[in-house]
Amino acid sequence: MRRLAALALLLPLAACGGGTSDESGSDELTVLAAASLTDAFEELAPPFEEEHGVDVTFSLGSSTDLAASVADGAPGDVLATADEASMALAEEAGVASDVETFATNVLTIVVPTGNPAGIESLDDLAGATWVRCADEVPCGKVAAAVLDANGVTAEPVSLEEDVRATLDKVVSGEADAGLVYATDAVSAAGDVEAVAIPGAEDEPTSYLVATLEQSEDPDLAADWVAWVTSQEGRAVLADAGFGVP
Amino acid sequence: MRDRLGRPPALLVVPAALATLLLLVPLVAMVAATDWQALPDHLTSPAALDALRLSLVTSTVAIAFCLLLGLPLAWLLARVDFRGRGAVRALVTVPLVLPPVVAGIALRSAFGRTGVIGEPLLELTGFAFPYTTYGVVLAHVFVSMPFVVIAIEGALRSADPRYDEAAATLGATRWTTFRRVTVPLALPGVVAGTVLGWARSFGEFGATITFNGNYPGTTQTMPTLIYVTRQADQDAALSLSLVMLLVSVGILVALRDHWLGTP
Repeated sequence: MRRLAALALLLPLAACGGGTSDESGSDELTVLAAASLTDAFEELAPPFEEEHGVDVTFSLGSSTDLAASVADGAPGDVLATADEASMALAEEAGVASDVETFATNVLTIVVPTGNPAGIESLDDLAGATWVRCADEVPCGKVAAAVLDANGVTAEPVSLEEDVRATLDKVVSGEADAGLVYATDAVSAAGDVEAVAIPGAEDEPTSYLVATLEQSEDPDLAADWVAWVTSQEGRAVLADAGFGVP
Repeated sequence: MRDRLGRPPALLVVPAALATLLLLVPLVAMVAATDWQALPDHLTSPAALDALRLSLVTSTVAIAFCLLLGLPLAWLLARVDFRGRGAVRALVTVPLVLPPVVAGIALRSAFGRTGVIGEPLLELTGFAFPYTTYGVVLAHVFVSMPFVVIAIEGALRSADPRYDEAAATLGATRWTTFRRVTVPLALPGVVAGTVLGWARSFGEFGATITFNGNYPGTTQTMPTLIYVTRQADQDAALSLSLVMLLVSVGILVALRDHWLGTP
């Protein structure tokens, strides 16, 4: 609705002869982004749309899937991934350029509000009903590394297909605890409590952004990257729980 | 036939051919994309064997429950006139059209650790369905039951009820009639429903992963393994998909008298 409203405000301007700063390019920017960026990017979009007189569209999903699809030629202007391996895939295919690390995320324990199982640290996971991501997905690789570094041998009851599914098991009360990113804990703040993991910052996950070869308006794509890495962009990301370099 | 009615019109033949291609091409493409050299390794990995074993066991146990509960329900719907029969029949078809993930959420609301039945159950017995093989079977029974009930009910309805009456006239109780006359007459439908329900159960993914999560050996069935593997190793996912395709084709062959055999 807000995007429509912004568009409605801009229409008369365009009709009056186009006073927007981006006259030559297209009027749409497609950003393919990791699902964990949803909240932050949606907050960053309206000011950008207003400034450039364009409509920003998001395609959100797993980094691996998004990178595979752009390598396959899927249309888009910007790719933002939640790990380095996915971005490397797009780079090897020769479709991603000007790759930049713009945020980091750390693993945290989340428990349902009230912490029914009394989880205070990784050691308390033994005997509890807890979940984490599968080893095949980025959040699972990080979880395995953090558990290993802390010498935790407790087994989860489920290896979830992505971090949102892991969070969902905790939000719904089906699990006593879950290992998710700090940003997921912020996004579900009403339903879960975060229990920080000492040393988790030693296994950070990096968020990378790049402009895409298939972009019809490379300048506009570069503007989005600049906006995300700007002072304001970093403030929005920090509010969402990301670490900003 | 052809001589008397004339040639089939292109207006019908062309879309029909397109429909056939639309169904065929993706499957052929999947087989073509399979890495045959790595196939044996992919299929004999401990994870794949565990998942295959779990899928076979859970589907078979689930279909046994479906028959145990579904056959009586199909009989009731076909043979007994009771109030609300239409509503029950409609209810049976709901899981057929429900997105599997919704089925998973519904099961969680009922049998989850914080569910209407699941929470008191957990408090009383310490047992909870989620994350267990029992939970997988429960999800499979939920999604497969309609196939069993609908196929058997159809068979019972098309069987002549006068055989039942004749049996009753000869002194058989309703239970004996059911056992000795009704079910044997509807046997082809019972078999078709069982095979279809089993296949649906074997391919079940959405409700299982939503309700039970994914853990090797206890809740990781073949479709779940394929879904997770796809994130890391496309080739392995393709090999595992081939197994599912082979089983589906096997089911079709088993049912050839019902579909492929029709003139």
